[in-house]
Amino acid sequence: MSFKLIGKHEKDARASRDAIVTTLEELMDANPSVCYVDCDLMGCLNTKELWKKHPDRALQAGIAEANAAGVCAGLAATGKKVFFHSFGTFSSRRCYDQIYMSAAYAGLTVHVLGSDAGVTAAFNGGTHMPLEDAGMYMSIPGATVIDVCDYDQLYSVMHGLVHTEGVTYTRFVRKDIIQIYAPGSEFQIGKGVTLHESDKDQCTVICAGILVDEALKAYEALQSEGISLRVIDMFTWKPLDEALVIKAAAETGAIVTAENHNVTCGLGAAVANCLAKNRPTPQEFVGVQDRFGQVGPQSFLMDEYGLRAADITAAVRRAVARK
Amino acid sequence: MKDLNVKELNVLAAQIRLETLKVIRSRGFGHVGGSVDLAEMMAVLYGAAMRFDPKNPRWPDRDWLVLSKGHAGPAAYATFGLMGYYPLEEAYTLNHPHTRFPSHTDRLLTPGVDLTTGSLGQGASSAMGAALGNKLDGRDSRVYLVVGDGEADEGQVWEAFHFAAAHKLDNVVVFLDMNGYQLDGPTADILDHGDLPGKIAAFGLYTQQVDGHDVAAIYHALEAAHAHKGSPSCIVLKTCKGKGATFAEASHAHSSTPSEAQWAEAIQAAEQALEAARLA
Repeated sequence: MSFKLIGKHEKDARASRDAIVTTLEELMDANPSVCYVDCDLMGCLNTKELWKKHPDRALQAGIAEANAAGVCAGLAATGKKVFFHSFGTFSSRRCYDQIYMSAAYAGLTVHVLGSDAGVTAAFNGGTHMPLEDAGMYMSIPGATVIDVCDYDQLYSVMHGLVHTEGVTYTRFVRKDIIQIYAPGSEFQIGKGVTLHESDKDQCTVICAGILVDEALKAYEALQSEGISLRVIDMFTWKPLDEALVIKAAAETGAIVTAENHNVTCGLGAAVANCLAKNRPTPQEFVGVQDRFGQVGPQSFLMDEYGLRAADITAAVRRAVARK
Repeated sequence: MKDLNVKELNVLAAQIRLETLKVIRSRGFGHVGGSVDLAEMMAVLYGAAMRFDPKNPRWPDRDWLVLSKGHAGPAAYATFGLMGYYPLEEAYTLNHPHTRFPSHTDRLLTPGVDLTTGSLGQGASSAMGAALGNKLDGRDSRVYLVVGDGEADEGQVWEAFHFAAAHKLDNVVVFLDMNGYQLDGPTADILDHGDLPGKIAAFGLYTQQVDGHDVAAIYHALEAAHAHKGSPSCIVLKTCKGKGATFAEASHAHSSTPSEAQWAEAIQAAEQALEAARLA
């Protein structure tokens, strides 16, 4: 792992999805066993050129996600390295039993990509807003579950997935994204990324995805008040970097988790599970509080569901008060 | 395909039926009806049609068998044992703790099982994926997919047929086991399919219909399916659920828990059928 934090809260000029397009092209060019299956959403992922370039291995399964997931499992059984994409709602809920049994239970490797993570589904609304997708995948034994925060992290993760066995699920933002890391940053699946730390830290924010930028803003706001905050980008939700969580709990004594997902079954729940087993610690949960999604601009939805830096700073104060 | 030898295939079918009963008897109860009705199909596949190597079950150039009606596992375990994948007696541990022979077929446990099935409809899709993967690799391997008529209630079966036709997977032969029964009773009473073979044909599969207990008819249908290019094939097997299992043939039960006396009668009848096939 080698990364450089930029974290200036500025939008990346590159669309997040292009990290996937670029990686898929690199992987398919280099390795004839790499396949990519989509469900009539190549236009949304911007992979139509890839479809033209590799018509045999960039495959259309149509709007039939359950079948597509099974086809991916069958391809994997013939030794193919398979990436499977749909919107996060449909690459989780719509084909869960197929991924569970035909792929995971059967010991086959399929890399599932779920676009429009959480509230970034915005104008497609509540029907298309995956707030439990990662939780569903986390309940599959041995699965790897990832929520990426920016272009370069997604690029690095995609290259890491090729060497990961079993079912993996990566949720990501399709279009506009804040740049967190410098180009060329590299990440190791399963290892959390400590963005800020000092021996004066009073609390740790463990976050992922679009909440990383909010956590960095919360760090700055609290710093101006003299409160020192540790910030960890925990882009791998499963397997959780338990050693890093326990270390943060031991050294800072209070934890806030922040996720673009239902808090009942995501990153916060995984961290709570780890802490309860290893080092009981006050924890506050920033995320969607067991609600359905709804339609609207992402900025409205982040306010509506309490996914802002201000929600994190308030949670930090609550967590610290509980020490 | 090997040359047709009706007597040899009938003997093999009788062996498969007898051994399927013995495998299920080792647990005492199980999915007898939908297992024994596949004996003739399994005999033609493993006795004449398929390319396989019991010493190398994952041989890349093999033909694949996908029992999407995974509860027919015992028919596969009996066949694989007879073919030499493992000593048959090993399969007499069906559904015992830590067995390699679970009620539904599992690719991680049983040599000869190519894909894991059990949740109905799923094997149809994964079979198509395997067929596609073999085509991408330039292999001429075939994938034989077995779907139940009750299973055809599942929408996924039709998604898979649609996919296979659209992708011109002519290396797939679907066997539709049309025994007319599912767990709660006759398929016509549960959720009537109407003209099931006609619907499959309408999805773009080259569809034939044969007596599922006539090895010569199955053999000739396979010859025609193999000769057909440009689309997947389907052979609809008209079968009797429970065929040859004396306690299950009349009831067409999905699952049976026979008494010891019923088991003894069924095994004896299957042994007599095997003897008759040998003497024919």
